[in-house]
Amino acid sequence: MKAFTQHKGIVAPMDRANIDTDMIIPKQFLKSIKRSGFGKNCFDELRYMDEGQPDQSCEGRPLNVDFPLNFPRYQGASVLLTRENFGCGSSREHAPWALEDYGFCAIIASSYADIFYNNSFKNGLLPVILDEKIVDQLFEEMYAEEGYELLVDLENLQVITPKGEAFGFELDEFRRHCLLNGLDDIGLTLEDADAINAYEATLKARSPWLFNAIKG
Amino acid sequence: MTAKTLYDKLWDAHLVKQRDDGSALIYIDRHIIHEVTSPQAFEGLRLAGRKPWRVDSILATPDHNVPTTTVERASGVSGIADPVSKIQVQTLDDNCDSFGITEFKINDRRQGIVHVIGPESGACLPGMTVVCGDSHTATNGALGALAHGIGTSEVEHVLATQCLVAKKMKNMLVKVDGVLGKGVTPKDVVLAIIAKIGTAGGNGCAIEFGGQVFRDMSMEGRMTVCNMAIEAGARAGMVAVDDITIDYVKDRDFAPKGNDWVLAVNAWRELVSDADAVFDVVVELNGSDIIPQVSWGTSPEMVVSVADSVPDPAAEKDAVKQTGMTRALEYMGLSAGQKMTDIQLDRVFIGSCTNSRIEDMRAAAAVVKGRKKADSIKEAIVVPGSGLVKEQAEAEGLDKVFTDAGLEWREPGCSMCLAMNADKLGAGEHCASTSNRNFEGRQGYGGRTHLVSPEMAAAAAIAGRFVDVREWL
Repeated sequence: MKAFTQHKGIVAPMDRANIDTDMIIPKQFLKSIKRSGFGKNCFDELRYMDEGQPDQSCEGRPLNVDFPLNFPRYQGASVLLTRENFGCGSSREHAPWALEDYGFCAIIASSYADIFYNNSFKNGLLPVILDEKIVDQLFEEMYAEEGYELLVDLENLQVITPKGEAFGFELDEFRRHCLLNGLDDIGLTLEDADAINAYEATLKARSPWLFNAIKG
Repeated sequence: MTAKTLYDKLWDAHLVKQRDDGSALIYIDRHIIHEVTSPQAFEGLRLAGRKPWRVDSILATPDHNVPTTTVERASGVSGIADPVSKIQVQTLDDNCDSFGITEFKINDRRQGIVHVIGPESGACLPGMTVVCGDSHTATNGALGALAHGIGTSEVEHVLATQCLVAKKMKNMLVKVDGVLGKGVTPKDVVLAIIAKIGTAGGNGCAIEFGGQVFRDMSMEGRMTVCNMAIEAGARAGMVAVDDITIDYVKDRDFAPKGNDWVLAVNAWRELVSDADAVFDVVVELNGSDIIPQVSWGTSPEMVVSVADSVPDPAAEKDAVKQTGMTRALEYMGLSAGQKMTDIQLDRVFIGSCTNSRIEDMRAAAAVVKGRKKADSIKEAIVVPGSGLVKEQAEAEGLDKVFTDAGLEWREPGCSMCLAMNADKLGAGEHCASTSNRNFEGRQGYGGRTHLVSPEMAAAAAIAGRFVDVREWL
């Protein structure tokens, strides 16, 4: 996983609450057996005027000109500003894959759905939680200024506006550590293989039926 | 000793290691796998030169992409018309074969929706930790298990280590006392809960469903409720173990037998919250007040009772919510004040991991028996949750009841719940659906979903619009 220390980029809006993962990446694209290439279909049903198909080129598809990510001023955006409960619904990791592949490095919202939040960290995508009032303020500032950029600083746990106003955010230490260093958490867990083996032996003695093999 | 909730007990029993930074390693007893969220995990495992930690803890089956028509299903994987779907199902078969993982393949009689076959086969048991790369894994919590959905990176993590890195969630109790009226189902109960607490209401929590209504409920009903914990924002939902749980598990294929059974039942009896256990959040509803529910919008919290009308966004004070409601009405093609019973329906879907078990089939069949589908309904499909549910339903003659009434009887799979196979809504079509999500485009591009119980969906197929099914019983 790529490391994330800090990132500065253009902010784009998804000014709605409860954006679900079906909306971030519709189901037909989940048929892929790959991890990459989902960016062109990120928000597919909102972004284009027609129904997208897997393996289809998106060049020449009719764009929805009313959708903010299609506005010239938000081209090249890498910070997504949105509202509460972002990423609700399906557990599909294709959602952070699509956002990351589109070019987003960080998301700012007042809350996230649990599974999406978790999945984002596995893909170098930082979901920042800020108070609803601050999110409101950032929306106002962003709408008022074309090319509005935010600096998201993971080292110091701050979001900094162009005027230099800094908003602190919280993040648990394990996630911060893994993301700052781009660590593979499977490798980290396997360092505890002895503890897992010891636990397994105790469990087997206590609840042998849990080890009845699933057989065809 | 401190009093513990059911969730506390399940968590403590599976804690491998508590780390100093607040994270923990949790042991996973059962890992269920399907074709959509696993290929990239197997690829990752191979690239890193790793192997599954405990192959005998894994059960796989294809469900999301499988066709449900008998014709397309007849020749198995090679008969899947959509080439992209075919590759995905074939990839699951190949991965399971190469790693020695037990898979109920496409035309195995035990194949079905992951969350139906887990409990049905006895692969998922009380007291277990169960994960699957699918948010509706919470279904298994009905057994008194800690079950939740995970992403693909976590699928790979569990394959490689048998553990998850987790942080303990908060304890939430949703208590529903009273007695449900006739025609009021577990689906109505869970929709009423989501309408009350909202789709973010359970974020960061594990929900225990407690109270008389759940004590009286069958295992199938408890599964319907736990299934939709995720629609209330909670990764995990659960119900305490009682005689109903134990009777359900007894004699299932992978359930413990002989002396193991006695040991297991003794242990499972402890899987209840202590009387003085403290919950971080408590929500109470009166079951006697709940009447059949119908969703009107594009989020599972946008629900009213069948006797109500489409709500007016102008009455909503919160600006963000008001915008959401206005947009939902526009997408759904509905106007404020319209009576729910006046909405013209085009299709009916009875199935999904929420409502495709034998009781759901029986309940829907009882409503359509001796009646005929409305001509205005283009298609009404009934999709059993597994091959074994299908066999049981056919043994009881339910397939005949459905087909006599003009409904279609299909092969098991996820089907129109998320429309990854050929079963989908056309743009603008309204569907009475027993599934779990009414998101934009969920059941097909431009499709309009109304979430209801199997009884309500069955009645809608006959009437062509929503009716209060209590009037028919």
